[in-house]
Amino acid sequence: MRKFALLVVVLAIAGFGVFWFISAPQRVVIANDAAFNAPGDVARGKDIFFAGGCASCHATPNQADRLRLGGGLEMKSPFGSFYAPNISPHPRDGIGNWTNADLANAMMRGVSPDGAHYYPAFPYTSYAGMQADDARHLMAYVRTLQPVEGRARDHGLGFPFNIRRTLGVWKWMFFDTAQVKTDPARSASWNRGQYLTETLGHCAECHSPRNALGALVDSQRYAGGPEAHGDGWVPNITPRSLKDWTRGEWVQLLQMGLTAEGDSVGGSMGSVVKNIAELPKADAEAMADYLMTLPARQGPPRPKK
Amino acid sequence: MGFGTKAAGALALALVIGAGAALAQGDVISQRKAAMKAIGDGNRAPAAMLRGEAPFDLSAVQAQLKVIESNATSALKLFPDNSKTGGDTAALPKIWETKADFDAKMTSFVAAAKSAQAKITDEASFKQEFPALLKNCGGCHTDYRARRS
Repeated sequence: MRKFALLVVVLAIAGFGVFWFISAPQRVVIANDAAFNAPGDVARGKDIFFAGGCASCHATPNQADRLRLGGGLEMKSPFGSFYAPNISPHPRDGIGNWTNADLANAMMRGVSPDGAHYYPAFPYTSYAGMQADDARHLMAYVRTLQPVEGRARDHGLGFPFNIRRTLGVWKWMFFDTAQVKTDPARSASWNRGQYLTETLGHCAECHSPRNALGALVDSQRYAGGPEAHGDGWVPNITPRSLKDWTRGEWVQLLQMGLTAEGDSVGGSMGSVVKNIAELPKADAEAMADYLMTLPARQGPPRPKK
Repeated sequence: MGFGTKAAGALALALVIGAGAALAQGDVISQRKAAMKAIGDGNRAPAAMLRGEAPFDLSAVQAQLKVIESNATSALKLFPDNSKTGGDTAALPKIWETKADFDAKMTSFVAAAKSAQAKITDEASFKQEFPALLKNCGGCHTDYRARRS
């Protein structure tokens, strides 16, 4: 009996060791830190800011200035409520004291400057594929914005989701840090579109269904599904549903929010259109070129009302 | 006329009023949907002109601007307090939580459709002003309409 108790203790310790090992936060390896922390290009950073849709979640709710990044927006989910943090350049309450590498680690690995995991409500699952240098330019742009005082409230999550270390296991199961691969057989515009859509634009994060643990279902990527934070339905944007759309109609949707049917998009897509409207037209065209080549996929059935 | 008859009469009247109110709500929802749908359908022609896929036609654009102005004007009155539910509606409850903001946005949409009629005189001004007018649509749809596919 004592041997059995000892075995249980040993197994528990071993199990915890495995958990601790798997769940440890991993960072981006940046070869030359000094060079990386040299200031980036503000104009390029502005494009990355809007391509990344930062304002859609981090702008202070219920006021019109989308560059006031005080956070606080509630995002409901099956696991509880997330509250977008302050990412204004305020040194205490925002990210004013962050280095370029801190931002790269946050966006590309979901790890905070003090080494804690972020929840994937922050779409680092998509940003992981970006070029680290883009984080450098983005940081330069964010530093030019107005510092906002005050922190967002803590996330309201139930057990065990409130223990951040468990996210290490989630990442081990679902988080792919591979960079987006250039396809030499495709045009430069298509490749730019792939980069914008798959990484910065993080389009798949809303336009794909999620599994019970909140990870995207790969086989139904871009095939639509229930809205993660609301009771709406996000449309299937593969050619299965939009095969008749012309390139011009795609560009018009992305830049002006007008669908091929003449409807005007709303919900969180309204905010996405505001972001894309800030980008050069060539970027909207690039996204259209890429989106039109998505594989046709059937999404989950929409429940009857 | 006995008490029973009066009560029955009152009950019948109440039922008629109640049914009328329910019908009116359903009507208001379908009326505002029809008004919005007509704006959307009418936008297809100017949208094709913006894309350069149809020749610019000033009178067609002006006609659509008048449809927008008049339908948005009627839609403004088609969101009464009792039309939050009942009927198939994508209107979010937030409309009635911040009704002053909603009404202000609708009113400025009407004004923008009116002033666009004066501003749009040729293809160049159309390409400038029509997309600006469309931004008003997203202004309300982002906050006040449920996502649907």
